[in-house]
Order: sequence, then C-alpha cells, then structure tokens
Amino acid sequence: MKRVLTGNEAIARGAFEAGVKVASAYPGTPSTEIMETIAREYKTIYAEWSPNEKVALEVAFGASMAGARAMASMKHVGVNVAADPLMTLSYTGVRGGLVLVTADDPELYSSQNEQDNRHYARFAKVPMFEPSDSQEAKDFVKVAFDVSETYDTPVLVRSVTRVSHSKGIVELEEPVVSSIPLEVRKEPEKFTMLPSYARIRHRLVEERQRKLAAFAETFPGNRMEIDNPSVGIITAGIAYQYAKEVFPDYSYLKLGMVWPLPQGLIRRFFKEVKRVYVIEELDPFLEDNIRAMGLRPRGGKNLIPITGELNPLIVERSLLGKKFKAPKAFFDDPVPPRPPNLCPGCPHRGIFYVLRKLKLFGIGDIGCYTLGAYPPLSSVDSCLCMGASVGMTHGMAKALGEEGKGKFVGIIGDSTFLHGGIHPLMDVAYNRSYATILLLDNRTTGMTGSQEHPGTGYTVRGEKTRKVDIVELAHALGIESVRKVNPWNVEEVEKVVREEIEKDAPSLIISDGPCILRQREFKHYNRPLEVDSSKCVGCKACVNLGCPAISYQDVEGEMALTADGKKRKGISRIEPTLCPGCHLCYQVCKFGAIQSREESPILGFDVI
Amino acid sequence: MSSTTNILVVGVGGQGVILATDIMSEVFMEAGFDVKKSEIHGMAMRGGIVSSHFRFGKKVFSPLIKEGEVDLLFAFEQLEALRWINHLRPEGRILLNDHKINPPAVNLGQMEYPREIPERIRSKFKQFYLIKGTEVARTIGDIRAANVVLLGALSKLFDVKEEIWLDTILRYLPPKVHEVNKKAFQAGREELARSS
Repeated sequence: MKRVLTGNEAIARGAFEAGVKVASAYPGTPSTEIMETIAREYKTIYAEWSPNEKVALEVAFGASMAGARAMASMKHVGVNVAADPLMTLSYTGVRGGLVLVTADDPELYSSQNEQDNRHYARFAKVPMFEPSDSQEAKDFVKVAFDVSETYDTPVLVRSVTRVSHSKGIVELEEPVVSSIPLEVRKEPEKFTMLPSYARIRHRLVEERQRKLAAFAETFPGNRMEIDNPSVGIITAGIAYQYAKEVFPDYSYLKLGMVWPLPQGLIRRFFKEVKRVYVIEELDPFLEDNIRAMGLRPRGGKNLIPITGELNPLIVERSLLGKKFKAPKAFFDDPVPPRPPNLCPGCPHRGIFYVLRKLKLFGIGDIGCYTLGAYPPLSSVDSCLCMGASVGMTHGMAKALGEEGKGKFVGIIGDSTFLHGGIHPLMDVAYNRSYATILLLDNRTTGMTGSQEHPGTGYTVRGEKTRKVDIVELAHALGIESVRKVNPWNVEEVEKVVREEIEKDAPSLIISDGPCILRQREFKHYNRPLEVDSSKCVGCKACVNLGCPAISYQDVEGEMALTADGKKRKGISRIEPTLCPGCHLCYQVCKFGAIQSREESPILGFDVI
Repeated sequence: MSSTTNILVVGVGGQGVILATDIMSEVFMEAGFDVKKSEIHGMAMRGGIVSSHFRFGKKVFSPLIKEGEVDLLFAFEQLEALRWINHLRPEGRILLNDHKINPPAVNLGQMEYPREIPERIRSKFKQFYLIKGTEVARTIGDIRAANVVLLGALSKLFDVKEEIWLDTILRYLPPKVHEVNKKAFQAGREELARSS
C-alpha cells in the first residue's frame, strides 16, 4: 500500500515497521511530529514526552539494555543535551537496536543555531544514515535498527527540516518481530563504564568503525549513478534531490550513509568521472573527509554556501557561476512582511508590557515568549539555550551585586523550566543570589504546537497523570518567595514584579495564565472588545501592545476630532474575529475608548 | 523542460493552505503521479506567511520548486500573490482568491497595502483567474470552506476526475461539514468557468 507521508511520519512508520517497543522524545522543530505520529498511529509502541532530550535518550537506552528496540527523537540542539549519554553509549553499545533521530534545522526556521549534527557521528564514532526523502526516511530507520544490533552500536539518523516537513510517496510494509529476547542480563564489562571496562570498550569501538566502513562499501543506499562522466557529484540527503533536479544528466555518488564513509567507493567514483563536485548543505563534512583521503574534488564549499538552506536555484547558481541566468522578475514592489507574533490574548503580552514599562533587562529563554524580543514589546534581551535564563540571571546578579538590583529578571516557560531550569534554580537558592525569575506557565509546550509535559497533568497520549507542583518544587529547592500572578492584570503584575526585584532573596513569580490556544484550560473566551471611535485619540497605547487584533488607521477631515473636540491623526480598531477578549488593551487605554462587552469587565479569563 | 508540474500554494496562516496542499498531494497520487510537497511549519502560526510547494509528474526529485519555474501560482490572498509572483515562469498561470488580509505593518499604519494587485497581475499574465473564494464560502454559509471553493476552481485546471477530488476532500473533513463542502467545491468549479 502507498501513502503520502512527511519525512517525520515516515520515520515514525519506520520505527513501527522495525518493531520498536519504546519511543521517547522532547518536542522541538522540526522533529516534533515524529513522536506525535507514533503516539497517534502506532499504539503498539510505548511512547513518551520525556522532560528533556538527555532523559529521552537514557530511557531509550534502558529499553535497549533490556533487549527492546528503542528510538529517541529530537531536534539538532537537543542532541547537545543528550550528548553526555550518547558519547558513552558509543562504548557500551546496545542489546536491542537503539536509534537516535536528529532533525537539523538549516536556515534556522525555528532554532537558535544551525549546527550540522553530522559531526556528532564522527565525534561519537557511531554510524549515521541520512535520508533524502520520505521513502528513504522509512527505509533508513529500518536499516539503522539492523545495523545497531549487528554492529552493537547506537545509530544516528539525520533528517533536516526540508526532509522532515516534506511529503512524498511511501510504500508501506508489515512490522517485523525482533529476535532479541527481552530479559534482565548482567553484563558489567559491557554496560558498566568503569575505566577498566571502558578502556577495553574503546578498542572495540575502533574495531567497529572499521567493520562499519566495510559495511558502507556494500550498503545499497550508497550508490553510483554513472551518466555523463565529465562531471561527478558526491552528495547526500536533501542536497541530492536539488542537484538531481538541476543537473539530471551528470553522474552521482549518492551517500545514504554519511558516517563512516565508503572510501573505496569514493575512490572508484573519482576514477569513473572527470571532475568531482561535493554538494552538501551546511558544513563541508563530506568534503573535508574526502580531502583528508588525499582526493581533490574540483568544487565544494568554495562554490556552495556554508550558511543557510540550499535549494535548486542556489545549487544551480553555485555550480554554473558566470553561466547562470537569473529568472525574470515581474514586480519589484516592497511587500510588507508578516513576522511571527504573539497570538491575540496571549498571556505573555501583559508580562512584557510591564517589563517594558519598568525598563528591565529580560534574560529570556527558548519558547514563544522569545518573540517578546521584537518591537513593540522589546522586552527579551537574551536567548541562548533551553533553561539558560535562570543560571544567567544568577550569574549576572553575582557579577553586579547591589548595583544590578532591580534592573533585570529571568524569563522562562513552564516546559523549558522543567527541561533545563530546575538545576539552575537550585543554584540560585543554594548560592544565594537575589535573582528574580518569571516563570511563564502557559500549561503547554507552545512554540512547537502545544505538547504535553510533566507540568500539564497529561501524557503524550492524553492520559491523566501526575502533575508537577511547581510551587512545591520551588520551595523544595529553597526558594521562599514564590508568587502567582494573573498575567492579564497589568496592575497586579507590575506590583508583584516591583516588590520582588527589590528583595535581597531570590524569588519566583509564576505567570498563571494558560496559552490562549489551549481551549481545554478555559471555561470560555470573552466577547471581543470594541473601540469607541468617538473617544479614541489615536495615542497608540493599545497598538503598542503588538496585538494582531488591533490595527490603526489614519483619519482626516471630520474624523480628525474626538466627540469632545480633541485633535487626532488616527484611530484604533479591534478585529472582532481575532479578539478573544483578554482586556489588556482595555487596561492600557487612558481615555476609556476601549469598551468591554462583558457585564462587569474582567481582567483575563475564567480558567479551569 | 521537465515533465513535472509545479504549483506554489501561498496564503496566510489559518487560511487552510497546508490542508489544501495535502489534499492536492493525495489527489495527484490517486491519479497515478509521483508527488512531492513541502512547507515549513514551526514559527509560522496564525497570521504568518505560508507557502507550500507542490509538484507532480512521472518522477519528482526536489520537493522545492526552483525559483522561476512555478507553472501555477495558487494564491489564497492578494498580497501573498505579489510576494511570490517572481517565482513564476513568464508563461505561468495564476489562480487568485480575491481576498485581502492586512499584515502587521499595515495594521500599525507603517506601510500601505499595495493597490490594484489583480489589475497589475492581469497586465503581465495572460492566464489569470480571479476567484471570489472567501466571499462564495461566506454566501454558502461557512467561511472556513473557502479553501474548498478554491480547490474546486483548481480542479477545473487539471485533467483529474472530479470524483477523486471530492472523495479526497471529504476524507479530510468531519462528516458534519460534508454537505457544505460539496457545495463549496461545485461553486468553485462554476466560479472558474465564469472567470475564464
């Protein structure tokens, strides 16, 4: 049977067909839909959102040690978090097949960097497969499990945004049953990485590399397509598709396995064709390793950009050089952008409004709230990696001492806090700084499209479960001042923030307002608000909340005066189909021009 | 010239661009073609730019259409048609939903919404179809069916059986909205006939 699947759906299907028993993940674009598909469609697989990627990989490894096939999936930067177990997993090897899927994000569509995770394969000395479309995504996941068990190694499968989020036709097959028994078996020399055992395992890792290199020579996913022999292209992953598109007649060495490299095959290819070009996205990973073999490709990163995502046009332009003819442009109008923005009714908006008003430096983190960096809110002044804001706030407090007090706050979301913020908060309490942390608890993992986490009370499959009590947790870590605020109540937020940033002791302020898209958390939304055009003076206070529901129009003539004769240049308008009625604009309007249609205006929502 | 047909589907987050392209992928697979489609989801939420590349043919390699090789620009919104128009071939076709959604810079009074987009496009492209998809959907009684009106119009431009289109569309939608979407699909087909 054939189906049209995204790369991520195909990876999930591959796990199912490979007989995976345990799958774990932490949400992160572009990897998120792998776990979502497993949870939704493949009920024979135990599936979980783990609190972070390190935990996810350790869970998968535990399952593997018991003999089960297991898969952990994450975005590229998630592998940094999971790097600690990964580096030593290379030594222990596996029992049941163990696959780690890394979904890289060239072009940084939704990431803080565009690191090339192929380096992890070489660094950890483990094999890596790289699919170029959905069919290969499924096939390579299955091969990866076989290789994992045959060669006693964890295996990396690398996708990129373009493969994960593109659809193609995939031929479905039946799942296989693993022949490895599920059992508890002591093998300390393999699984207990004491120095004495680990030294021996390292030798085995090197031997395994040689065996895998031999496998790479005959793996059918590494293949030569000899056509016009004047030009030969060595490529892998999505870059293969782009190159084939624009240069269909050249010869190709298409690598489905990017580590270890099939050196014999590469040397043969150099003999078969006249001029060799290496076409790859991001770093010169293949090229450097090919050059290290003493071979001299004619072109690689001297022609093809090292930054950003490739596409057919870039590949063509890079290789053709002066012969490239740019496509015709029909219009050259500047077209207004549509930048990502906080949704109408978003609980973060009120918090950022207050931070801007108090002129605080916002030490931000990873999530929707990073968008608070953009004007007009302009309240997020740093963003590094998951959970970093808490430790950074502490470090800044230690550096500035009394001088810095009342000048900055840490900002972190609930999912990000549970991922990587608990340890630094422990540090804040343990090493006694005055750091104030704003925990924006919107009861979901927002930016990746709303996923459950240990603080929501539900599992990946929507079953009810234990819920982390963040207040209790903070107390247990040693934070005495923990206060909840209604983020849609500007006055309350301002009062609490002012009080807490002046204290000598650390504090945690929890913004207690769910993501506006999380319908189950709301008893109901409110009626949309309205601008009374007879009162609006056009001061733009509401416009400067950056709410997509609020617009501003210039006015002339009769309209350039309010009912009581004040001059104005324009007026605001609220789009009723977008406004969920959070009443934030109602509070910032000093002229009473924004009208609530509730019986008694409320600040925020009736939440569960 | 390759035997692959390239359709670029563009619009604003929330208009149903991705669903429409998913349906197109299924339809052309059912009709016996190789298909690929691609778009980025992540930070493009409601109100953001959505562009979805769809390609069908005997064998499709790249999921992305090369700039300058779009055969049909299928635009759900006027400004987005203008944003992507330079991706078209000179002899390319355009199917445009006659609908405007202000971007933030226009809402904030910093930029103007470009004027007379349909007229300007018509002056440069012979095969231009302007469809009142959003308006027709509103008349039928469900503005969310606008993307199905547009798919109805699109279906007239390709030689694929009507039943394949309708079956696939309904498979993607809950039964309670089947009737309204059947109407929307037919209305789209009639709209196209009228516009050409």
